[in-house]
Amino acid sequence: MTTVEDATALVHAPEKKHSRLLDRPRATTGPWSWVTTVDHKKIAIMYGTLAICFFMVGGVEALFIRLQLARPNGTILSAARYNEFFTMHGTTMVFLLGMPIAAAFGNYLVPLMIGARDVAFPRMNMLGFWIFACGGIFLYSSFALGGAPDGGWFGYAPLTSTPLAAGYLPGRGADFWCVGLIMLGIGSVATAVNFLVTILNMRAPGMTMMRMPVFVWMILVIAFLTLFAMPPVTAALIMVFMDRNFHTNFFNAAAGGDPLMYQNLFWIFGHPEVYILILPGMGIVSEILPVFSRKPLFGYSIVVFSGIAIGFLGWGVWAHHMFVSGLGPIAVSAFGLSTMLIAIPTGVKIFNWLATVWGGAVRLRTAMLFALGFIAQFTIGGLSGVMHSIVPSDTQQTDTYFVVAHFHYVLFGGLVFAVFGGFYYWWPKFFGRMLNEKLGKVNFWLMVIGFNLTFFPMHFLGFEGQPRRTYTYPSGMGWDTLNLLATIGAFIIALSVLVFLVNVIYTARRGEEAPADPWDARTLEWSIPSPPPEYNFAVVPVVTSLDDYWHRKYTEDDEGRLVRLPAGGADGADGDQTPVGFDPHSIHMPSPSYWPLIFAVSLPTMGYGFVFKNWYLLAAGVIVAFFGLVGWGIEPPTEPEPHGTEAH
Amino acid sequence: MAQAVVAAEPAEVEPGQIVAHGHDTNTGVSNAKLAIWLFLSSEALFFGAFISTYFLYRGRDAQFLHGPTPDQLLNIPFTSVTSFILLMSSLTMVLALAAIQRGDHRRLRIWLLATAIFGATFVGGQVYEFTEFYRQGLHLGTNMFGTTFFVLTGLHGAHVTVGIIWLLLVWSRSMQGRLPQEKSEAVEIAGLYWHFVDIVWIFIFTAIYLIPTHT
Repeated sequence: MTTVEDATALVHAPEKKHSRLLDRPRATTGPWSWVTTVDHKKIAIMYGTLAICFFMVGGVEALFIRLQLARPNGTILSAARYNEFFTMHGTTMVFLLGMPIAAAFGNYLVPLMIGARDVAFPRMNMLGFWIFACGGIFLYSSFALGGAPDGGWFGYAPLTSTPLAAGYLPGRGADFWCVGLIMLGIGSVATAVNFLVTILNMRAPGMTMMRMPVFVWMILVIAFLTLFAMPPVTAALIMVFMDRNFHTNFFNAAAGGDPLMYQNLFWIFGHPEVYILILPGMGIVSEILPVFSRKPLFGYSIVVFSGIAIGFLGWGVWAHHMFVSGLGPIAVSAFGLSTMLIAIPTGVKIFNWLATVWGGAVRLRTAMLFALGFIAQFTIGGLSGVMHSIVPSDTQQTDTYFVVAHFHYVLFGGLVFAVFGGFYYWWPKFFGRMLNEKLGKVNFWLMVIGFNLTFFPMHFLGFEGQPRRTYTYPSGMGWDTLNLLATIGAFIIALSVLVFLVNVIYTARRGEEAPADPWDARTLEWSIPSPPPEYNFAVVPVVTSLDDYWHRKYTEDDEGRLVRLPAGGADGADGDQTPVGFDPHSIHMPSPSYWPLIFAVSLPTMGYGFVFKNWYLLAAGVIVAFFGLVGWGIEPPTEPEPHGTEAH
Repeated sequence: MAQAVVAAEPAEVEPGQIVAHGHDTNTGVSNAKLAIWLFLSSEALFFGAFISTYFLYRGRDAQFLHGPTPDQLLNIPFTSVTSFILLMSSLTMVLALAAIQRGDHRRLRIWLLATAIFGATFVGGQVYEFTEFYRQGLHLGTNMFGTTFFVLTGLHGAHVTVGIIWLLLVWSRSMQGRLPQEKSEAVEIAGLYWHFVDIVWIFIFTAIYLIPTHT
């Protein structure tokens, strides 16, 4: 073990002084260590915390919307405020909850699941988080700076793109929306590149692609989708912003522009975006179900290929959002068919999940309940989705509450349930404590009841013709009771989220300490202590099969029964395989940094410059960005030891 | 089982484990190079969106707003020359990379500077073209040609400008002696970006200057 001893000697050598613009941050505890961290696990926790904060803000907006609609002729919100709230509710849930929460789980779990010590670009990872934070704050600052976005989360032109002076949307909201989303898009692309390189390049020895957990596969697919979906929408947003502020005519039909082009550019992003939101949920569920059924995932390769197929087909269905825009019968039929087609891989996945649970030794822990809730509710959402591929039926449902019901079944009943399942499943790994099961079950059942009470009636409201995005309705339309039910349901959802928060606080104070592998699970992240050390793996694992950790613990006898291997495989109570004499200082982890934060801050500075046409602010932002990137370029990712490998 | 095999290999715990170079990544391509390829694939769609928009709106000027049309404005010989200079900068970029790969730092610096100067000539030509068009009455809002031309070529020009700054940073790093031969990948990655921006220009030049507008 001479290597280890040498490294130890190096660590205790005196620190070398560096002549740089900024000294390298050194804090390892306290708030400053979080601000400057490049550790994928800390970044993941920040992503998750901030995303849940935005989830609650978006949720409060939804509660106001439901209060306004609880009775006919509601007066709680003005029409203008209502527009801001439904726009910001959608924008928040898509860009500030859905995408960051995938980044949170992905960041924490991908390196652990593939046996890596960090992501490929730790500082770019940090940048992704800080752009998300800056972009979210930038968007919400619009409430105080001249009006929030109010053109819907899809911001259709020419509603959003008509010049400010003569515009339909007179406030600054649409400008904030364009610039904010471009900013968040830059962060998402950085994060996507990082995930792709990490998954393609940083797998442990033996971790072939077809031995990766399904969750990692789904992150790989959504990273590709993000990479290719963000550019078209960025282009569309630039055009809208130019139309509003610089007299271009991209979407001005009177000058030869084409509003339909906006819809094409937006939905060629917008539909893959839907899969960007749901595929991580599918990945989470594919991890939970096998563990709590004590069976391997049924048809692993089929589930993986279905996920990839969804990723590909997701590019060919965007115009089903535009069936009433007059595309013509041929285009409409083609997109109707491709929409039916994409239901096939989705259906395949659902049957694989059911077959995983079938005949298993099912343990109904909270995580499993949420995963089963996902399957049931996502299936309902999927079925109403297939209904939209029938063009005449879709035409009838367009812009009614039926659509609202559909996508909430997919994204709330699907994604949010999977995310909560993921919290209950991985919380012990993240924080070393088990979330309380009793409170968890209350959380789950309240959410199931609240969710279905809120969104199931919306199917009927849609069929009865209640339009979306309309701030009030007269009495006597037959919509009163169902709307009241939906509002009651929304408050039950809010109560269930409160129960979750109580559970989090209770767990932090009094929660049961978690062993390394509390669920007797299958994937590599459970083979290391809870919470994992900074370097993740004391010894980089060598992988020999799918569900490698399970096969280290169990084998099968001649009749196919599970037989637990003796310790030395792994002792399930404490999977710590740290070798004797191991010194963590011998592993050089990437050093914390200021530069990504400085670059991230430059973006909202430029953003305010654009929105308020303040060229000094814009120039200041450009200078800060340049400063940040140059400093970043000069700084080595890992601070070299005094007489380390850096030769100059 | 598996980890028993690993525990016998303390070499796995060596310092610098996570700093991945080409030879110890799963794909054999270094992390940085894979990342720039992925980023450029994303950029391709960004320009693709603007080029599609250009084609969609091409030739719609006559029916709508008045103002100068492309065939009155475009000075094809002039832009052909600046385009040729931009394409030649890809050659000098290749020469720069070849120079550092064989350890010739003097030529590396010369070719990097040449690339940046060629790029700057192209951007200068674009600035001249923009002012000339503006003088002849083509503004962003004059007609669809004004809208699409200025935004598409302007975004491309911004990318070239970023590339020039990038090249100058690589050059100054080499001047300070902080770009040894074994870090030639830094030049290669800047070069990939530079070639990409060049290739995009081939498409834009064809779309705007070579395909006749009024058919």
